[in-house]
Amino acid sequence: MTDHVRPPAYEMPPELTAIFTTPPARASRTPEAPPVEAPAPVTVTIDGVEVSVLAGSTILEAARAQGLDLPTLCYLESLAPVNVCRVCVVEVTGSRVLVPACSRKVEPGMDIQTESERVRHSRKLALELLGSSVDLSLAGPHEPDGGLARWMERYGADASRFGPPSPPAPAGARDAHEAGHHHAPAGADAALAATVAQPVKVDNDLYVRDYSKCILCYKCVEACGEDAQNTFAIAVAGRGFDARISTEWATPLPESACVYCGNCIGVCPTGALMFRSEHEMRAAGTWDEAAQTTTSTICPYCGVGCALDLHVQDNTIVKVTSPMDSSVTDGHLCIKGRFGFEFTNERRR
Amino acid sequence: MDLHVVGPLASPVERAAVDAVLGPAESGWSGGRRDSRTDGHVARGGHEARDRRHLLLPALHALQDRIGRITQPGLNYVCRRLSVPPAEAYGVATFYALFATAPRPAAVAHICDDIACRLAGAEDVAADLGRALGPAGAPARDGTMTWLRSPCLGRCELAPAALLTVAGETSVRRELAPVDAAGIVGRLEAALAGRSPAERARDAALAWASAPETPSDSMRVAASVPQAGSPGLRLLARVGVVDPRSLDDYRAQGGYRALANAIAMGADATIREVTDARLVGRGGAAFPTGRKWAAVAAQPAQPHYVVCNADESEPGTFKDRVLMEADPFAVVEAMTIEGFATGATRGYLYIRGEYPLAEARLIGAIEAARAAGFLGPDVAGSGWAFEIELRRGAGAYICGEETALFESIEGRRGEPRNKPPFPVEVGLFGKPTAVNNVETLVNVLLILGDGDGRGGGDRYAAIGTEGSTGPKLFCLSGHVVRPGVYEVPFGTTLRELLDLAGGVPGSRAIKTILLGGAAGVFVGPDALDVALTFEGTRAIGATLGSGVVMVFDETADLVGTLRRIAAFFRDESCGQCVPCRVGTVRQEELLARLADGAETRTRQEELALLAEIGRAMRDASICGLGQTASSAIESAFRQPGLVPL
Repeated sequence: MTDHVRPPAYEMPPELTAIFTTPPARASRTPEAPPVEAPAPVTVTIDGVEVSVLAGSTILEAARAQGLDLPTLCYLESLAPVNVCRVCVVEVTGSRVLVPACSRKVEPGMDIQTESERVRHSRKLALELLGSSVDLSLAGPHEPDGGLARWMERYGADASRFGPPSPPAPAGARDAHEAGHHHAPAGADAALAATVAQPVKVDNDLYVRDYSKCILCYKCVEACGEDAQNTFAIAVAGRGFDARISTEWATPLPESACVYCGNCIGVCPTGALMFRSEHEMRAAGTWDEAAQTTTSTICPYCGVGCALDLHVQDNTIVKVTSPMDSSVTDGHLCIKGRFGFEFTNERRR
Repeated sequence: MDLHVVGPLASPVERAAVDAVLGPAESGWSGGRRDSRTDGHVARGGHEARDRRHLLLPALHALQDRIGRITQPGLNYVCRRLSVPPAEAYGVATFYALFATAPRPAAVAHICDDIACRLAGAEDVAADLGRALGPAGAPARDGTMTWLRSPCLGRCELAPAALLTVAGETSVRRELAPVDAAGIVGRLEAALAGRSPAERARDAALAWASAPETPSDSMRVAASVPQAGSPGLRLLARVGVVDPRSLDDYRAQGGYRALANAIAMGADATIREVTDARLVGRGGAAFPTGRKWAAVAAQPAQPHYVVCNADESEPGTFKDRVLMEADPFAVVEAMTIEGFATGATRGYLYIRGEYPLAEARLIGAIEAARAAGFLGPDVAGSGWAFEIELRRGAGAYICGEETALFESIEGRRGEPRNKPPFPVEVGLFGKPTAVNNVETLVNVLLILGDGDGRGGGDRYAAIGTEGSTGPKLFCLSGHVVRPGVYEVPFGTTLRELLDLAGGVPGSRAIKTILLGGAAGVFVGPDALDVALTFEGTRAIGATLGSGVVMVFDETADLVGTLRRIAAFFRDESCGQCVPCRVGTVRQEELLARLADGAETRTRQEELALLAEIGRAMRDASICGLGQTASSAIESAFRQPGLVPL
């Protein structure tokens, strides 16, 4: 074995030393962003009050800026509005039908009624139709859709008007429904209101899907796809009342394209998508939100620095969320930030 | 996006079916043969593949026609070819009623049990089939065949109707009307027997699969158009007179004169004539066609598209089918004119999947027009390029809604978009789009084919009434002596129209008439003297809709009809918005409660609740389907004593 011959030490010429060791001169001031022309304000009338709002804003933004409490279920600031729940509809003079406030942009001279009798009727029915077909028991205890019970009361919505709920479908039955064919209600069954009730889908360790609670707001599909994660593991399948959120061929999540970012859970307004830990604690009767504390922190895993809210009960992390208004995350996380907390519960640590 | 495709690989048969539409796979990246010299270094797919997403529906059709259903390996292969996430493709496949995702026999009889066929005994056909083949959907005859119920198949004049589909190497789709159960089973057996080469010869002899038509066969329309050949017809002038497979015959009867006039006049003058004609859309919304074309022509965004809406699915409507079957070149010529006027270079013709004969005729017409230079890079020597692509729907009423139709062409679920923006600004592929239905387009030929086209608009506007110009096609079905498509000028009364059709058989009394289809309005015999115009029907709270005039005599089962209408909307709702998705279910349940004595409150209270549901659907649904889903049902209850509930 011969000794390694060490090459002669490299000496940097002085002109290069200067380049590599002298920091560049600081800019005398922070560069200014190129000027953006502010959109011209638009004058509209909301509930008889003339207001000036930025062009390009939606009716919902304009109304909320006035302090009006317009209900929304399928709307989320961080997602493209799909305007399917129809509880945000408002009356615009000259329009044959009501218009969705969440997606309709203001136009000069628009005369908008946010609480007319017509509006209240449609909102009441939309809430009743949802309430009679979907389990809303966990819907909206938190903002931004926290007002569900309040809105039901405000509009006098009584979901029981359509009859007692039909019994749950057997597991997988709703996934097998084919478009254009349904069993028409007849006889005594007609007195029951059809529902989307079905067993909870538990097919992985991280989260469960309880589609009995699904109002088809499309938020999870958007968060999984174009608006956040770009994974496209889930989409709407089927048609009409048989429409459902599904993986391809209703395949279990571990076989699907799911990457377990949990962003669908983050945007679900009704508790249909839920941490498995929360689901099991609820089933065991040990879930106690009053006893939980929330600790804001930064995800320890990578350099992005996502904001985390740790939900802690009995000194154990039971759920992780990210604030919707975080400029880093918009409420979205990845599998590590969302689910990678188990080690903290390891007592041998 | 990381395309994640799992499951077994597609079989050679599945791949061949898909490749027939998409062309051979280029590389291992898109599911083709792996070539280690290139595939390891060059990624394919991405935008190039995703830009072909609009071929998803044709590819799914290829699988359905070949295999009899959409299989998981087949769908996976399509996904890899087009770079579509499998979950999304599955969502598309499960949206359409003519696609099966569960195993299904190769031969399927789709039996129309919708409102017109009900009046002609469709329930008896279904009961007979139940006895012969077992319950709907269940495999029969060693799993080779089954039958299913279907919404309106658009052959109401010959009710009851059926659509037979047989998957296989030479797939068959054939409409039959009128039918009985024995005839359906015989046809299915013959089709299946025809799989063996020896039997295929017998097949042809049975005129089942590919028997050549004689010109006289192809012109036989008397059963659908009783007026055919009579003088004075405009829209129907060539129907039953021209050979629908012959471009020469079409030209000999005035065909392509309108296009020549339009090209000679230029696009602006063409639009001006259409505007002067005060032609409005015949699809139901009655929007001024000239204004639509002018709006598209003026859009700076490029390219512009034209779309012909041939997804005629309103129960009781079959006029567009008759035009397409009997005068297909007229549709092609009119679309070409529309493309010329609006500055488009590509048109899409979206026809419902239940119209195989009309589809075949249109494909033939497009090919013949292309071969003769009326389509292609230099249309009729004008230097302007225009192409028409035909797209087949797959069983979804909602795709007749123009924005749902765009979504369907683009390879997505047929869910209507929110308007505004309107299609003239943001339409197909996000570009300015002029979309018109078949009857509207054929009217354009009357305007521009008149003389040298100049002044044709004013002369057209002299037909009909002040508020509704031109001739109009009506689809008469139900209890009339001679059902069929009738052409009359706007302003003709309902009574005159019924007289044309020979009145009610056996001179029985009229109980009610459904105007405008399932999304229309029931009117009583007191409305017989109403002038059939947009303004005249509006004045009595009715609608012309798509031109449906369905007559119910005193023997008709109104309760069953209303329940079928409710079931129709529950089946055909896309499921996107809450008022329609759940409202149509509650509406159907409420009718069933009343009909089956299961009501939970007084009749008056039940009807009040029905009205509440209807009002919310009308006010808050995204599209016209939900907005009209309660229209006919509520109108029936408004007529005193009509509905015995």
